[in-house]
Amino acid sequence: MRKKKRNEQLLQGNEAIVEGAIKAGCRFFAGYPITPATEISELLSVKLPKVDGTFIQMEDEIASLGAVIGASLVGVKSMTATSGPGFSLMQENLGFAIIAEIPCVIVNAMRGGPSTGLPTSPSQSDVMQARWGTHGDHPIIVLCPSTVKECFDLTIRAFNFSERFRNPVIVLVDEVVAHMREKITIPEDNEIEIYNRVKPTVPPEWYIPYQDTPRGVPPMASFGDGYRYHVTGLTHDIRGFPTSRPDEIDPFIRRLFRKISQNFAEIQLGDFFMTDDADIAIIAYGCVARSAKRAVIDAREKGIKAGLLKLNTLWPFMRTAVEKVVAQAKIVIVPEMNMGQISREVKRVIKSDVRVFTINKVDSTIITPHEIMARIKEVS
Amino acid sequence: MAEITRLIHNYLRHDKKFPHVWCPGCGIGIMLGALIRAIDRARYTKDEIVLVSGIGCTGRLPVYVDFNTLHTTHGRALTFATGIKLAKPRLKVIVIMGDGDAVAIGGNHFIHAARRNIDLTAIIVNNSVYGMTGGQYSPTTPYGMKTTTSIYSNVEHAFKIAELAVTAGAAFVGRGTVYHAKLLDSLFEKAFQKVGFSVVEVISHCHTQYGRLNRMGTAVEMMTWQRDHAVTVEKARQMKSQELQDKFVIGVLVDRDIPSYEEEYEKVRQWAKGMDKK
Repeated sequence: MRKKKRNEQLLQGNEAIVEGAIKAGCRFFAGYPITPATEISELLSVKLPKVDGTFIQMEDEIASLGAVIGASLVGVKSMTATSGPGFSLMQENLGFAIIAEIPCVIVNAMRGGPSTGLPTSPSQSDVMQARWGTHGDHPIIVLCPSTVKECFDLTIRAFNFSERFRNPVIVLVDEVVAHMREKITIPEDNEIEIYNRVKPTVPPEWYIPYQDTPRGVPPMASFGDGYRYHVTGLTHDIRGFPTSRPDEIDPFIRRLFRKISQNFAEIQLGDFFMTDDADIAIIAYGCVARSAKRAVIDAREKGIKAGLLKLNTLWPFMRTAVEKVVAQAKIVIVPEMNMGQISREVKRVIKSDVRVFTINKVDSTIITPHEIMARIKEVS
Repeated sequence: MAEITRLIHNYLRHDKKFPHVWCPGCGIGIMLGALIRAIDRARYTKDEIVLVSGIGCTGRLPVYVDFNTLHTTHGRALTFATGIKLAKPRLKVIVIMGDGDAVAIGGNHFIHAARRNIDLTAIIVNNSVYGMTGGQYSPTTPYGMKTTTSIYSNVEHAFKIAELAVTAGAAFVGRGTVYHAKLLDSLFEKAFQKVGFSVVEVISHCHTQYGRLNRMGTAVEMMTWQRDHAVTVEKARQMKSQELQDKFVIGVLVDRDIPSYEEEYEKVRQWAKGMDKK
């Protein structure tokens, strides 16, 4: 019998998210029960108190994200987890975390919508809500795992990105991946890269909390550490005080975008599978990327040169990766479990005459390899 | 400069451009004076105070004072404060809200913070109206009064904030007015010292919006109204309910010892680590 490796575990996607969060240094969770994200709450209510962390079940999702932002403001890495209806409620405080630049992680285990929708069947229909759900112009980072291992890895990345860029990061997992079980190997602590927010090194009287830096990310002082400053959801000047001066508003909003846009290469994560010589490129994410990979293998066996671009970062949208695959491919297929939220982006970024086909499935069932294969045959 | 003025100036942010946003005669200034005096007397350092607010006229308060200050979303101040307090319990977290903020949009957060008995002090400035948006009726606008959205007459009944907090489980509940400034000082001080959720409702006035529509006169006349309609807890006990009909009670409504959420959650940590048995 093969000796079991110490860190090999059979985990559900949601469980892997919890493991990733703890490894990333998350010590505060506030949430409200909702399927298919509840396992994350349940498990963290067990694990966080063991590591001197805090779990609290709030009265709703608005309160949950409020508490998460509060905890992050005093220097504790924090997260919440929810599904579509709760994610809708979080949009208000999500905007606050963006404008006040408070790091935090929000897991949205997608189920079918709109409204109460389909509890609990899979869907990928919150892609645009994750991008534009909160009002106003704003940057956002959205990561999307398609395996249990990626649930673990991307949760750590989500914390790292949120700390590095002082911006909320959304982990957009679908119900299939959230509830699926796979074997994963949990890496040793020294194999995991952890990034913590930069704190000010200047004395408090020199600290200017929202001053621009080359990276666009100002150092963040924790409340209670001697740097008394003002944090507001109002548009503010570099000192954090509300402003209505056009010459202060413009550089502030542009900095929020720049701190993300000048680091696209670092943030945009994905995988090219047999795309080098592919005539047909499939662009997929989440559970559908699994079916797409199978379809590519099947197509190759039949002599069709297919390839897959798997998106692990949904926002900022991976224009460069799409451009790379369409430099070779003449046909693109975008299968997704919504009415075309990513295919529209794909069409937007392609400047050549590559034809883009879609598979849009909204009947609460996963897109199968067979369905993708059928589409490949149809368009090739 | 009088000594008391000097004391208040010591807590203001002089690099923040004054004047403040409040109307001349507003009660928030009196409340802020009482707040600063109470903080000073309780000998908190500026670094250990976190002042959290929501949206509205009261929401603008933290920007002027030299503490760790957080101006949150409308009605959500208590939720942010909950996260701050649980993640760094050594901080003294004070939450300033208005009536619309605390018991309309934030009503659910308010009763749940009280029920959990989180160690926070919540101060609600109740001026019976949404002032900043121009004087619309709030959950504390009395029945029969005029506002810009009840120009015929308000047909809703008002919440009694302090009594609501008592029922919801707060450890300490007091009510004062901006007329009774000395009482406010002592209520704030008692609230700060209480471990658990403490609430002070501050009856104030909005002569600019509410007062004008209801012909209640100047700020001074509205404060006179507060004087004439406030009855101390002690005096109210000897009065018949009929006599109390158009009055409100000021003083300490409840002061009880209940373990705070933080104390209770510390037990959870011990159980989780197997250091203690449940």
